[in-house]
Amino acid sequence: MIQVKMTVNGKEKSGEVEGRTLLASFLRDTLGLTGTHVGCDTGQCGACTVHVDGVAVKSCNMLAAEADGASVDTIEGQAAPDGTLNAIQQAFQDHHGLQCGFCTPGMVMSAAALLKDNPRPSEAEIRFHLSGNICRCTGYHNIVKAIMAASGQDVSAIAAE
Amino acid sequence: MPKDSGIGASDKRREDVRFLTGTGNYTDDINMAGQAYVHFLRSDVAHGRINGIDTAAAEAMPGVVRIFTGADFEAVGGIPCGWQVTDRHGNPMQEPRHPVLAHGKVRHVGDPIAAVVAETLAQARDAAEAIKLDIEDLPAVVDMKAALEDGAPKVHDDLTSNLCYDWGFVEDNKDAVDQAIRSAAHVTTLDLVNNRLIANPMEPRVAIGAFDRASGESTLYTTSQNPHVIRLLMGAFVLGIPEHKLRVVSPDVGGGFGSKIFHYAEEAFCTFAAKAINRPVKWTATRSEAFMSDAHGRDHVTRIELALDGDNNFTAIRTETLANMGAYLSTFAPSVPTYLHGTLMAGCYKTPNIYVNVKAVFTNTVPVDAYRGAGRPEASYQLERVIDKAARELGVDPIALRRQNFITEFPYATPVAVEYDTGDYNATMDTLEKIADFGGFAARRAASEKAGKLRGLGINCYIEACGIAPSSLVGQLGARAGLYESATVRVNATGGLVVMTGSHSHGQGHETTFPQVIAEMIGIDAGMVEIVHGDTSKVPMGLGTYGSRSLAVGGSAMVRATEKIIAKAKKIAAHLMEASDADIELKDGAFSVAGTDKSVAWGDVCLAAYVPHNYPLEELEPGLEETAFYDPSNFTYPAGAYACEVEVDPETGQVTIERFCAADDFGNVVNPMIVDGQVHGGIGQGIGQALLEACAYDEDGQLLSASYMDYAMPRAGDVPFYKVDHSSSTPCTHNPLGVKGCGEAGAIGSPPAVVNAVIDALQSGGSKVTHIDMPLSPSRVWAAMQA
Repeated sequence: MIQVKMTVNGKEKSGEVEGRTLLASFLRDTLGLTGTHVGCDTGQCGACTVHVDGVAVKSCNMLAAEADGASVDTIEGQAAPDGTLNAIQQAFQDHHGLQCGFCTPGMVMSAAALLKDNPRPSEAEIRFHLSGNICRCTGYHNIVKAIMAASGQDVSAIAAE
Repeated sequence: MPKDSGIGASDKRREDVRFLTGTGNYTDDINMAGQAYVHFLRSDVAHGRINGIDTAAAEAMPGVVRIFTGADFEAVGGIPCGWQVTDRHGNPMQEPRHPVLAHGKVRHVGDPIAAVVAETLAQARDAAEAIKLDIEDLPAVVDMKAALEDGAPKVHDDLTSNLCYDWGFVEDNKDAVDQAIRSAAHVTTLDLVNNRLIANPMEPRVAIGAFDRASGESTLYTTSQNPHVIRLLMGAFVLGIPEHKLRVVSPDVGGGFGSKIFHYAEEAFCTFAAKAINRPVKWTATRSEAFMSDAHGRDHVTRIELALDGDNNFTAIRTETLANMGAYLSTFAPSVPTYLHGTLMAGCYKTPNIYVNVKAVFTNTVPVDAYRGAGRPEASYQLERVIDKAARELGVDPIALRRQNFITEFPYATPVAVEYDTGDYNATMDTLEKIADFGGFAARRAASEKAGKLRGLGINCYIEACGIAPSSLVGQLGARAGLYESATVRVNATGGLVVMTGSHSHGQGHETTFPQVIAEMIGIDAGMVEIVHGDTSKVPMGLGTYGSRSLAVGGSAMVRATEKIIAKAKKIAAHLMEASDADIELKDGAFSVAGTDKSVAWGDVCLAAYVPHNYPLEELEPGLEETAFYDPSNFTYPAGAYACEVEVDPETGQVTIERFCAADDFGNVVNPMIVDGQVHGGIGQGIGQALLEACAYDEDGQLLSASYMDYAMPRAGDVPFYKVDHSSSTPCTHNPLGVKGCGEAGAIGSPPAVVNAVIDALQSGGSKVTHIDMPLSPSRVWAAMQA
């Protein structure tokens, strides 16, 4: 077993893991942060997206031991301490950017990484950026729209509320 | 005008907050004290005889609690099928046994052979690798035609053949249809494949079984669209647990699309094993396991013939379909190619003669069952493709040909046994023509051509049947269940309401939309209403959510229960105001006596019901709680017109969706934002079917598409923004809300529109191609262009 320590959503966390334990499993099973979801085993669906040292990472494709000493941000740390949703979360609710909610944590974390690097992405840039996040419910329409809105763009002209 | 509350308002979804903050409660988020983990050892061959399973070495591995095989399940029932189809000759379908764990033979890749229960999941997986299997390979049948040939290997040795049933619908129509086709001025024939798909909700299936020795009660947490149905099927037919000793909970469920309707072996296993080892047992599917154990969808091979007279009126439709059942009959599998498909073959058109023949076939593949649309996409695809082909052969405008043959008078009894209560297909087509800007198409095509691309426009007019009912009819058709819904409305002493509904939300937003309906009926804030669903210990009964039935059937039950609440509350209010209950009016959350200024608030009446100090106890019981069961008198029939514009790169065969417009008639709409979202999602899946998705088997029955590396899911870059409109509305005439259902429309309406558009694009470039089977991958399109 390996002892790992990391800062998760600003708090020091530690635990014992096997060498093969994935970061997603450490977050979910050891720390009880079940907002990070596992939707596939091949790094394709992106439901498990978290930030490791500020970079979007698929936590089902990273070993927990690799994240030793890192700063990890998950969906649980995105809203303000009083529960107020951040701009991306609020835009997802305002524009119905989620249905079953399973891909949503990964979508929000992926969108956050995009907007950090590109504060006003075009529709095409958003669609390209989301190529590693699969949603089966929304047909992506309202996800793309929500991310545009979260970046301060006027989405009123986009067909169909 | 959009409303800002009640029915017709785009209330933001209250469930979003937990999903956006990572505090949802999905089944895999549940962990029970002392739980063990199960890993299923699954067949890696499509067909084989199990000569031996040696678990000795595996049992000695660290952490192993117990290993189960098919022998452990000899004393319990098999996984049951919920629908018995009667064939053309009046005989029941062939119905094989479906053991919980394979016994004697394995019949598809993924068939579970053994189950290792261990302290950790990793230990269970490690131990499974130490199980020694002696499986004698048998020749597999994958292709349906080959499976029906004399001498084909049999999937089930105890059945007479691989034919499940040979069904004719309506059998009495057959001679007239044959005659109409012989005497037609023109007959268009099309052979096509409706590609096999996998539903792929983003949440893989999970099951946790638990057993309490003190009470003798079993609990199953599972990713289900209908927990009560699972309780009945598993309790009564598999494990022999009476319903009062079995609780089934489906908490937040991450999408279903049909694949989570069915009772699966893993649910029965976890419930059984938890009792056997007296510990909770948890199973979480990997995505690859989902690909080889979730019921697949579609997989029809069809020939359709459309006959027209000299004036281009449709005179007859005849179809022959092979429908894949896979290796076993999944819960509702036999109904999909029959009563959810044959009944829709009239589409939106007044064709007087229709005959549908379906042969359902067993093969060595994963069982096939309902996937979003279930039978209706298959019907719409055939019909709308053959109409498009006929229009080209006759040199007429495809929209004009459709309009000419539209049903325009309602109610309309089709030749395939259903009666459409209402609709206006010209109105949805008018809306489509407006939003899709057909007038600008020529200029857009010219611009595409200038850029070296081909541009095509494809149309589809779909109809679907939602809220399958009534129970008396479906019983005659072979359903082994009723198809009503129930709701209990509980009013609390301080005026808040809790609705226990048998519908189940796995993305549809019932927690938001159902309260909107009650808020409108009583005139209170929707925030005073809470929805409870997904737990058999809290909700008295439920048939669940599928077939776009929740609002039409479950919502109607809720309306009926609320009407009973209001009737009783009026009596209480009459007593409080010393008036006759016939004079009591309810408006904006207050009861008043007509023609007076006397009034009493909703909350005061509720309080009086529970603190009955001043109460008509001799006439009324205290309390305010009512239950209603609602059994619809007919299906509902949403319909719509869809238009797709594509560009095709003639150099590569790559298709891109440039525009997609949908004009739907859903009757009345409770929450337009959510309805639009349902249509978006359906269109996304339909584009996936048309361009990307294929569940592929090789000839030995190996599943080639068992991960997202191999199964092409639609991604954000594969689809455009959609333009959707549901302003053309003809409310349903037989349910209290006038609603029709919107969940499946997009998935039904979009594939034919996409394929019609691609054929239009290719022909505009001079190609003679009249059909390409889905998915229209670049290689298929390019190859068709070279022919």
